[in-house]
Amino acid sequence: MILAAAPASPADAWLERAPVLLRDALTGWLPDALRPWVAALLSIATILGVFGLLFAYMTLAERKILGRIQNRPGPNRTGPFGLLQPFADAIKALTKEDIVPRAADQVLHFLAPVVLVALSLIGLAVIPFGRNLVAVEMEASVLYFFAAGAATELAIFMAGWASRNKYSLLAAMRALAQLISYEVPLLLSVVPVIVVAGSLSTTDIVAAQGGWAAGLWPHWHALTPWGFSAFAVFMVAALAESNRSPFDLPEAESELIAGHLTEYSGFKYALFFMAEYLGMAALSAMAVTLFLGGWQAPLAVLEFIPSYAWFGVKLLLLLLGFIWIRATFPRLRIDQLTRLSWKFLVPLALVNLINGGVWAATADWTGAAAVVRWFISALGVVVPFIFLARSLSAGYGPRTYRYASP
Amino acid sequence: MDLHPYAFLALFLLVAIAFPIVLLAVAQVWFRFFQPPKPSPSKQDPYECGVAPHGDAWIQFKAHYYLYAIVFLIFDVELLFLLPLAVAFTGLPVGAWVAILVFLFLLAEGLVWAWHRGHLEWS
Repeated sequence: MILAAAPASPADAWLERAPVLLRDALTGWLPDALRPWVAALLSIATILGVFGLLFAYMTLAERKILGRIQNRPGPNRTGPFGLLQPFADAIKALTKEDIVPRAADQVLHFLAPVVLVALSLIGLAVIPFGRNLVAVEMEASVLYFFAAGAATELAIFMAGWASRNKYSLLAAMRALAQLISYEVPLLLSVVPVIVVAGSLSTTDIVAAQGGWAAGLWPHWHALTPWGFSAFAVFMVAALAESNRSPFDLPEAESELIAGHLTEYSGFKYALFFMAEYLGMAALSAMAVTLFLGGWQAPLAVLEFIPSYAWFGVKLLLLLLGFIWIRATFPRLRIDQLTRLSWKFLVPLALVNLINGGVWAATADWTGAAAVVRWFISALGVVVPFIFLARSLSAGYGPRTYRYASP
Repeated sequence: MDLHPYAFLALFLLVAIAFPIVLLAVAQVWFRFFQPPKPSPSKQDPYECGVAPHGDAWIQFKAHYYLYAIVFLIFDVELLFLLPLAVAFTGLPVGAWVAILVFLFLLAEGLVWAWHRGHLEWS
């Protein structure tokens, strides 16, 4: 091998292959029977380490950004710029007394945080973090991801039920109503992507979004009319699925104390916190994979930057969006919440399903026909949006203020 | 050479379950040696904003939004049928597309029915 020669394609660049080379170097000396198992454990350890650190620094970033938005500095005492704050928080959570209510179901009370964290983690196995960086390649990886994500609802109900606290139980019932309501648009918005990519495998879906029109306009699904609509529905549903503001009703402090978390203290509470952030990161990673081209670079000339760096940038941008939304929007009421899902997102996603089908059926239209194809797709997004939005706000006229009107 | 995908997923599940248990075990070791727990009757009461807890939490009450659960169940099962259709979509003849459309309209019709009956209103 000649070291000085320029790589033939971005896939051959040294930095691009670095993680795989490192893995092979670490496992190369092992006997053949053991090697795949150690390699698998290495990739699991990497996922745990990277997403554990991401969780730690997201809590800090969230507090810092919320602080800046509210014109205050945020945590800044622990280490330079407060950078050691997550570790201080972890030590504090670890040394807090673990109080379990006398009447609680002891086994379920212990199991709920464990199950929640485990189920939030396993979805990450099928995300392609880079060109060769997917922990496991499967035919039905999208299905697996959403099955793992849907099972976390059970863990939340377990926590609420096992605490034997009225607020916890009420919050768990509410959480279930919310999670199942938003599960439907979440899944429905994914189906057109599968129609267009023709596969349930995440690596195939990313590969389907490769290439650029004229080297400038990437073929990402979010940059087509139907894909943009699906992406928007997916992100709103993802906000609700991860119990984030403005959909944080199950944890509404002013109404339900802390919801299903009321009777949890010490490190079990920290585990719930971790599961929330892991779930948010996993759904964002899935959104990047399905709609934002996964690890693909946005411009052809930028392909020299390794693919996993692009994935990281997109993931962090989406997570920043989550934090920004939390700082901006007030909490929804429960009837507004369910109405938004069943009467707006679900019909919109259903119409978008047909729209995606039309897009897939007209894949061979080129030239002037491609413009017509775009126009049809845009029409299929805008018209249902206007009609559904009008019906959603019907009967809710402009708000009048008795004393404060100008 | 490579591991079977399911073997990998089973391994991942085991590690993912062990991960929080190990963390909780570390906390237990800390309590055991440095910070023995001090339980007391009032500390272990269910938390009800400071007043003494009143009655049991495990009572029967009407979950008046169980209809959401039924609508969800229908949609979820139909979605499972949609996924294989979606994968095979581009290779299908026109007749199959019409069949998919009929299937979708049945799904939409169920939603319209529940909407019309007012089952989608939170009461």
